Amino acid sequence: MSAYPDDLQYTKDHEWIRVEGETGTIGITSFAQEQLGDVVHVQLPRTGEKFSAHDTFGEVESVKTFSELFLPVSGEVVEVNEALEDAPELVNNSPYGDGWMVKVKLSDKGEIDSLLSSSEYEDFVESQKVE
Amino acid sequence: MLGFTFRATILTKCVFRPREDEIEDKNLSKTQLKMTALNEAHRALGGRMIDFGGWDMPVQYPAGTIEEHMAVRTAAGIFDVSHMGEIEIEGPQALELVQHVTSNDASKLADGQIQYTGLTTPEGTFVDDILVHRFSADHYFLCVNASNTDKDFEWIRGHSAGYDTRLENVSSKYSQLAIQGPRAIEIVQTLTDVDLNSINYYWFTRGIVDQAPAIIARTGYTGEDGCEIYFDPAESERIWNRLLEAGKPHGLQPCGLAARNTLRLEAKMALYGNDIDETTTVLEADLGWICKLGKGDFIGRDALAAQKERGLTRKLVGFEVIDKGIARDHNPIYINGEQCGMVTSGSPGPYLKKNIGLAYLPIDQTAVGTRFEIDVRGRRLAAQVVPTPFYKRAK
Repeated sequence: MSAYPDDLQYTKDHEWIRVEGETGTIGITSFAQEQLGDVVHVQLPRTGEKFSAHDTFGEVESVKTFSELFLPVSGEVVEVNEALEDAPELVNNSPYGDGWMVKVKLSDKGEIDSLLSSSEYEDFVESQKVE
Repeated sequence: MLGFTFRATILTKCVFRPREDEIEDKNLSKTQLKMTALNEAHRALGGRMIDFGGWDMPVQYPAGTIEEHMAVRTAAGIFDVSHMGEIEIEGPQALELVQHVTSNDASKLADGQIQYTGLTTPEGTFVDDILVHRFSADHYFLCVNASNTDKDFEWIRGHSAGYDTRLENVSSKYSQLAIQGPRAIEIVQTLTDVDLNSINYYWFTRGIVDQAPAIIARTGYTGEDGCEIYFDPAESERIWNRLLEAGKPHGLQPCGLAARNTLRLEAKMALYGNDIDETTTVLEADLGWICKLGKGDFIGRDALAAQKERGLTRKLVGFEVIDKGIARDHNPIYINGEQCGMVTSGSPGPYLKKNIGLAYLPIDQTAVGTRFEIDVRGRRLAAQVVPTPFYKRAK
């Protein structure tokens, strides 16, 4: 049993994607939000913007640091989570639920296959803990 | 987001994407980080440890920076600041030496009194900013910034020739805890017979705290009431735990370096290495009140007197970001399309719920209300000069 939800795919950049039909919902993992600390600002794209896989689509900022957000797959943004504008802490409180960031219309569903499963992601995170 | 580095300091960004210099630095710093006597205690509390100027220190605990910050503003917080350095100057000419190396007027101090001051270069810039405690007319206790301790000690020693004094770096003999916030004094009071309410702001007394001889100073780096206590490191874990326990009913929260930074920024207290350093003068830092040109000669006096005479060309100001976004340390500042400075400290202010910062601006652009732009990773955010301190506690 992985520490990360089994129904999602992951990247080594610590994003997750939930694929439903042609649409993917994207956010950052519980590990990522924990590392960031209290999220105070999320900069998101506009709907209609198109990105290639691994493109920067936004930024997430905590009190003490920030990080770019990378899109796991290619696609067009069809919805952004506007609730994050007033409640960025949702990213901390509910990283896989209300803290989602964007929904994209997938350009190439095959790209999903190159992403990590929950157990692969967990192994990757453990290997990164160099302390 | 790519490859976490776990050692981003509160001043360096990019937790996720390690820069090459950081990776290289990692190999160096991993060799030997210094630890305070409370290192194990921080880990036991779930503190996230980072390399802070060569010290392995908690940047935050599980509660998180915002909750820690708010605890200090509304109840109390406790900080392990044992990494800070302490230097003693003793001897018949101790006062003369202190006067020679610092910009404030230490002759005004009485026994038990404390002064914030600059350790100045001949150019009137900062070797460090420090606290001078007067034990007695011929005995002073200096609290200095952790990463400057050795530099300060060598600097003072290098300027002590001809002064009949004895200098000692006593940093390893002291742990230091800061207990800060409106409930701080009543919490510490449970562990000592010394009447803490009789100690005024920027005064100290020596007494027993939980069976340990201690220096109890009514000082801090948060903009709140509270105290800083210095004692034998061997007593650290017991006193730390006793304070946490005594503070529990009052909402006492252990606080990391990130909260320490946001708290001091809201109170517009300078951070050495960011807002002040060997390139910024005492006057430019808007710290004229610690620059006593009339006290007699001191290192940097001539340069500061000349600068005062000439007039400043730039000054440290506080600003608020008007647009949505957060200014960070080192972001460039533009006025009328021209780069004219950079952010020295920039962060969200968790209590004020505003994005604030400090910056040196050309002197004709320092009036409250002056607008300018900050380049935050390619986005230009509008900001304006505001009155400081950003936060001032109700007395």
